[in-house]
Amino acid sequence: MAEEKEGAAAEAIIADIQKKITDAFEVFDHECNKTVDVREIGTIIRSLGCCPSESELHDLLAEVEEEEPTGYIRLEKFLPMMTKVLMERRYRPIPEDILLRAFEVLDENKCGHLTKEELVKYMTEEGEPFTQEEMEEMLSAAVDPETNTVRYRDYITMMVVDEN
Amino acid sequence: MEQTKPLETLGTRQKIRHAFKAAVLIQRWYRRYVARLEMRRRCTWRIFQSIEYSCEQDQIKLHNFFSYLMDHFTPSSSKERDFISRMLTEEESYKDTELEKLCDYESVEVLDSYTGPHLSFPLLPDHATALLEAFKQKQQLHAHYVLKLLHETRRHLMQLPNINHVSTCYSEEITICGDLHGRLDDLFLIFYKNGLPSPEKSYVFNGDFVDRGKQSVEILIILFAFLLVYPKEVHLNRGNHEDHMVNLRYGFTKEVMQKYKVHGKKILKMLQNVFCWLPLATLIDQKVLIVHGGVSDMTDLELLAKIQRHKFVSVLRGKKRKEKSRHMDSKVINGESPVGVDPPRSSSFPGSCLQPGLASMASRTELSQWVRQTVEEELEKCRRQVGFSETPGDKELTCVSSVTMTESELESCETSESSQGEWKQIVDLLWSDPMPQEGCKMNTVRGGGCYFGPDVTENILQKHSLQLLIRSHECKQEGYEFCHNRKVLTIFSASNYYEIGSNRGAYYQANKTAHTLTLRQRISRVEESAFRALREKLFAHTSDLICAFKGYDQEETGTITLSDWATAVESVLHLGLPWRMLRPQLVHSTAGGLLEYKSWLDYLAVEQRSKEHIQSSLLETIYRNRSNLETIFRIIDSDHSGLISFEEFHQTWTLFSSHMNIELTDDGISDLARSIDFNKDGNIDFNEFLEAFRLIEHTHCDDKAALPTSDGC
Repeated sequence: MAEEKEGAAAEAIIADIQKKITDAFEVFDHECNKTVDVREIGTIIRSLGCCPSESELHDLLAEVEEEEPTGYIRLEKFLPMMTKVLMERRYRPIPEDILLRAFEVLDENKCGHLTKEELVKYMTEEGEPFTQEEMEEMLSAAVDPETNTVRYRDYITMMVVDEN
Repeated sequence: MEQTKPLETLGTRQKIRHAFKAAVLIQRWYRRYVARLEMRRRCTWRIFQSIEYSCEQDQIKLHNFFSYLMDHFTPSSSKERDFISRMLTEEESYKDTELEKLCDYESVEVLDSYTGPHLSFPLLPDHATALLEAFKQKQQLHAHYVLKLLHETRRHLMQLPNINHVSTCYSEEITICGDLHGRLDDLFLIFYKNGLPSPEKSYVFNGDFVDRGKQSVEILIILFAFLLVYPKEVHLNRGNHEDHMVNLRYGFTKEVMQKYKVHGKKILKMLQNVFCWLPLATLIDQKVLIVHGGVSDMTDLELLAKIQRHKFVSVLRGKKRKEKSRHMDSKVINGESPVGVDPPRSSSFPGSCLQPGLASMASRTELSQWVRQTVEEELEKCRRQVGFSETPGDKELTCVSSVTMTESELESCETSESSQGEWKQIVDLLWSDPMPQEGCKMNTVRGGGCYFGPDVTENILQKHSLQLLIRSHECKQEGYEFCHNRKVLTIFSASNYYEIGSNRGAYYQANKTAHTLTLRQRISRVEESAFRALREKLFAHTSDLICAFKGYDQEETGTITLSDWATAVESVLHLGLPWRMLRPQLVHSTAGGLLEYKSWLDYLAVEQRSKEHIQSSLLETIYRNRSNLETIFRIIDSDHSGLISFEEFHQTWTLFSSHMNIELTDDGISDLARSIDFNKDGNIDFNEFLEAFRLIEHTHCDDKAALPTSDGC
């Protein structure tokens, strides 16, 4: 009896997850034919709560792309993959304190802020580099115009509040 | 020294690795943040779109209601008949002399105290630029000049064919602009970035100049002025909003009356006769076709070229007053058949339909559907027999006399078929939208026009050796969008169409490959207003929602799962929104994944409730009906004075209560009318009108409460 109930509960969870995924998918399904542009997959996956790196994203994409890439991803391939990702709780978001430590690593002089040039250098030359557009967007919110620096502690707090 | 070197290198390498990892972390986090913003932006977009479309559907239902009444309401007195006819009669397209008498500008005096721009005709480029400057300074053009401008514009438009032919031989480039919708700043921006119209710079403005934005008047004045100054270079297409019936609802009528308190009526009447003369399409170099909405599988450019376009003052109205020439123009209210009826030909209607008694109508939707079917049946009957009757000796004919068809003389007239075909051609051009699937089907969302597929596009392009179809009519997030293998380009020029920051406007330059996008979005503000609108909608359906939620709460715990919440909400609102994505913004407190739905609904109500003693169900109904009521009020208020007489109020009430399935005696209405006129000036203004509705509902609810109820919920 208990097992049955558990089974039913698990099924309900899966069904719920699948509906969530489908909803998110449909927001980008402009032609209402259960496909989305491959360039939007990253946005969809991230808005479902995951925080993969670019290379992790590439791996996920490889799983759902057609053999002959068409530029579109179909829901029927995306759904099972994404369900698994959510069930296994992969690519969890980064806690605030870890993020703070990351900024501190880049802050060589430990002065509590990065200069605009430093941030640009790191973000466009290190890691998985930003495009120019991404860099500009980040700067527009992160840089304190008076001092031309990025007070990263405040920045993090602001972004986190924004999310909620 | 040598020993420390390897240590240093190790430290550096580690540092580099750490920096790399740190950077990846930050980038990962940032990209996720951006993705979530993007999702929010898209969701907001969907909310606005779905709400807007459901409003358009409402309007169509409203028109169905009026057509039904037109065919079925038997006026018990000539006064009633006059009232109805005044309410429902089409304005005729006037001759020049009649119009000049009715909307004369000579009698409109320009006082010395007027500090705005002065126009003299024929217009010169300086006048046009002076107008631009004046509007930038927030000045207003005097009604005298407005009227004169409208007369001259009409005179010019009358010479133009239905399909305007433009060649790029003479001017180097042509700029095509989509819907402006009263956003003057956008027009300024386009002129600033692209330059003013001139012999070297042609423009095509693709309809929907008015409504929604608050400066529709100024936009029209500027467009018409440039049209007159550069007649060979400036081209205007008619949009579905260049239609006084649509203007009643979407704000243009209001704007005109507010800005021109004394002469607004004249201006509005004049405008009706200008709008109907706007060309229906523009053709560039015989290769690029520009229309406001789209096409259908019946679109026939040759037929379109021959139509007398000015006869179709509004494409939303019912029967038209007969012209002296006795040529009958009857129009279907909208070509819509119930979904699922193929093929999309307006002349086929269901043969039979249900005839339940009014009293047994459970919901408004049922009633609307029944109304629609009955209307179509009746119209079919009328078309088969006759246009409408003519009582002997009457010079002026009214539509309502068709109701008493059996008593009066019947008169056969010809080819209602052909004029109906013409009407459909125009509606298709102004109201259609492209769809990704092949084929052509009724545009049930808009209630008029079609959804046309890539094959329809292909056919029409091939048939007339065209290369591209440019249209507007739909708000696109980026301001423009290609579809149908890049054979159809949608341009939307009114940025901030729904709310500041919601989309970017765009205009398309032929002969140039660049598509210029303007304006950045600011997300949270747009989002806020989208969700406010959505919460209003939810609140307006509180009782239906409770029923739906209870359905998922069999054990009456007062809670439901969030998943069930999403399904239930969609089943009530039918907006097609991704509720699970929107949930975090709508539902704030949940315990263990469960929602206490009653308290959630109360929370929604707190926002909407203004007075404690108003019962929530009344408020719901008012909210649901407010815009309909406002439209009805404006239609009744035929002189646009903002007031209606007791008599008119009485009539309105009788009609509306039958539609709403509320019973009220004549005396009851009269007493009500008297008591509503709070300031005892013998007139009722719109707020008093609304108040009346609330009180009626209140009475009705009380009566209901007195009877034993079997609650279906």
